[in-house]
Amino acid sequence: MRHTLAVLVENNPGVLARVAGLFSRRGFNIDSLAVGRTENPDVSRMTIVVEGDARVLEQVTKQLHKLVDVIKINDITADEYVDRELVLIKVNVGPAQRGEVMQIADVFRARIVDLGRKTLTLECTGNDGKINAFEESLRPYGIKELVRTGKIAMLRGFKYTGYHDNGTKEDN
Amino acid sequence: MEMTAAEALVKCLEKEQLEVIFGYPGGATLPVHDALHHSSIRHILVRHEQGAVHAADGYARATGRVGVCLATSGPGATNLITGIANAYMDSVPLVLFTGQVPTSQVGTDAFQEVDITGITMPITKHNYLVKDAAQLPRIIKNAFHIASTGRPGPVLIDLPKDVAQTMIEFNYPETVQLRGYKPTYRGHAGKIAEAARLIARSSRPVIYAGGGIINSRASKELLALAETINAPVTNTFMGLSSFPGDHPLFLGMLGLHGTRTANLAVTNCDLLIALGARFDDRVTGKIAEFAPRAGVIHVDIDPAEIGKNVQVHVPIVGDVKMVLQELLPRLEKRSDTRWLEQIEAWKKEHPLRYETGAEELKPQYVIEKLYEITRGDAYVATDVGQHQMWVAQYYRFKRPGGLISSGGLGTMGFGLPAAMGAQIGLPGERVVLVTGDGSIQMTMQELGTIMEQELPIKIIILNNHVLGMVRQLQKVYCEGRYMAVDFKFHPDFETLARAYRIKGYTLRNKEDVDNLLPEALESPGAVLVNCLVSAEENVNPMVLAGKSISEAIDC
Ligand SMILES: Cc1ncc(C[n+]2csc(CCOP(=O)(O)OP(=O)(O)O)c2C)c(N)n1
Repeated sequence: MRHTLAVLVENNPGVLARVAGLFSRRGFNIDSLAVGRTENPDVSRMTIVVEGDARVLEQVTKQLHKLVDVIKINDITADEYVDRELVLIKVNVGPAQRGEVMQIADVFRARIVDLGRKTLTLECTGNDGKINAFEESLRPYGIKELVRTGKIAMLRGFKYTGYHDNGTKEDN
Repeated sequence: MEMTAAEALVKCLEKEQLEVIFGYPGGATLPVHDALHHSSIRHILVRHEQGAVHAADGYARATGRVGVCLATSGPGATNLITGIANAYMDSVPLVLFTGQVPTSQVGTDAFQEVDITGITMPITKHNYLVKDAAQLPRIIKNAFHIASTGRPGPVLIDLPKDVAQTMIEFNYPETVQLRGYKPTYRGHAGKIAEAARLIARSSRPVIYAGGGIINSRASKELLALAETINAPVTNTFMGLSSFPGDHPLFLGMLGLHGTRTANLAVTNCDLLIALGARFDDRVTGKIAEFAPRAGVIHVDIDPAEIGKNVQVHVPIVGDVKMVLQELLPRLEKRSDTRWLEQIEAWKKEHPLRYETGAEELKPQYVIEKLYEITRGDAYVATDVGQHQMWVAQYYRFKRPGGLISSGGLGTMGFGLPAAMGAQIGLPGERVVLVTGDGSIQMTMQELGTIMEQELPIKIIILNNHVLGMVRQLQKVYCEGRYMAVDFKFHPDFETLARAYRIKGYTLRNKEDVDNLLPEALESPGAVLVNCLVSAEENVNPMVLAGKSISEAIDC
């Protein structure tokens, strides 16, 4: 099963290497990993999508906790959350097919961010399923280049994955 | 007060009440070595950085304090690596300082530059590359805290030369602030109560105690637990010395070269009480058949060890001493004797055995004699191989922490420098090294350090002229095709000892051992005893790869 972990880490140099190294060393599979800073400049947040059964997830979480730079881990898979990913796709389209592609873009609420003589570059945000569907719809035109950010996620409603110094390292 | 970061480093170490630092200098450590001039801290100059880190490790194991070492950048740093991995595997608290090229050259493949924080990421509990000199005192404070608390381990601090020379205002923090590091010490009360109920209901309990008992100094509590519930105790290799080796409830070590009694007891128990142990593959053998009928209580300070290899019924995260202190008052004295009678029967039927009537000197006999002469009271360091297993089997430790040996990594070459560190930490105690003719040659340059520091270490080489443990594996798994395990040349170790002005002996048979070993062990200074033992001897019993531990063979 796929799990989505929201991991708060110290914004220290090397922290990404520590987390990535841990995953490869222990044979855990990362589906995607996105990292950036949070509302607090010295805390970064990683959204890690990892594949594995309950036992693997337990080990992933416990081993992550052992990293001194990891502050808090939240497995939000079972909670209500919003998740988004951004994709940039460059497709082979000349002027003749532009209209068609623009229609597809409309359906997915994607935007055209660059226009070349023979290419079109589109930007789209959404969850996994939407991005995959968007990619599939463009595939017949010939995708020259594609890049995804990896997923970021946030709990819905009142719940949050923040850091509050109450003296304990939490694990929800 | 204004001073260079290097001077601040030394001040921090003094604040940590450090007595000795094991080191080796180089260009990148000039500022720090220079700052050590005016310090009360004793600098032990080793002969190889691997010696420094193993010595710091032996020092830490023997004293329970943090071991500290200092090496230069590049090759100095890489020479530490085996020792760092060794300390990491055995959960030994170390703080390691490495010099680094100046900040402006970091990342340029400068002379003697290696990315030591990158290299040691998977083998340190944590590491730091110091970029801001003002942060150094805080980093050192954190490093000592991280190394010595929770599940202990090595922490490395890489210090670029220009950072070491930067002037800073010295201020040693009183407290640590690490929001991502908060070990759990107190066990969960509900789980402890559950453990007590499980114990009360069990009829065939076994206590399986590991190195955690030594780290948390819980030997007294372990003894109290065993005697209260009348349960037999088996030790992992790392746990040896945590329970008295001559106690009637003691089963000896379990696992690959464990006693048959220990392995049978674990296989047939209905409750396994795992204390500060990690169900390592050398212990469990075929995991599906390890303690197959048992409920499992697992106490460990490291949550990641619980449920990693086996399913646990009562998990308790905490310091094993504190957990036992809470558990003990909840237990009733038990006196059911049937299980213990069964254990006694196994002990009678399957004692550790070797051929005692032989002409040639048997290595096991040397260890038995060593035990007799020292009454189980010495600090015994070992190297890695058959001799190590014979110590585990035949030396009945009385003193918690008395065994100083490389368990997790199995590092040949650990013994001599580790014994050195132990003796420096415990000048009044008897420190004996039991090593092999292979292992000692990996780090024997430290004989120089031993003489320079006037350490009265007693070195016993069980010299079988072969890499005995590997030879044994080739006998068992390669049908006796021996490859690269016979030494065609050895120095005369007695003469070699003399070259270092160490008193040397060569013992060839039982009579030599009876006559000379006591004298050698009672001699005042360092002594090297070269015991010429049979090359054919194997460590028995042995559990073959993939087999259940209840099916040991003799080979
Ligand atoms: C650094 C290192 N290299 C190789 C090994 C593999 N190894 C394990 S035991 C052993 C033989 C050790 O020989 P010796 O020190 O003479 O001890 P003996 O087994 O003969 O008692 C070897 C080569 C190891 N454990 N460590």
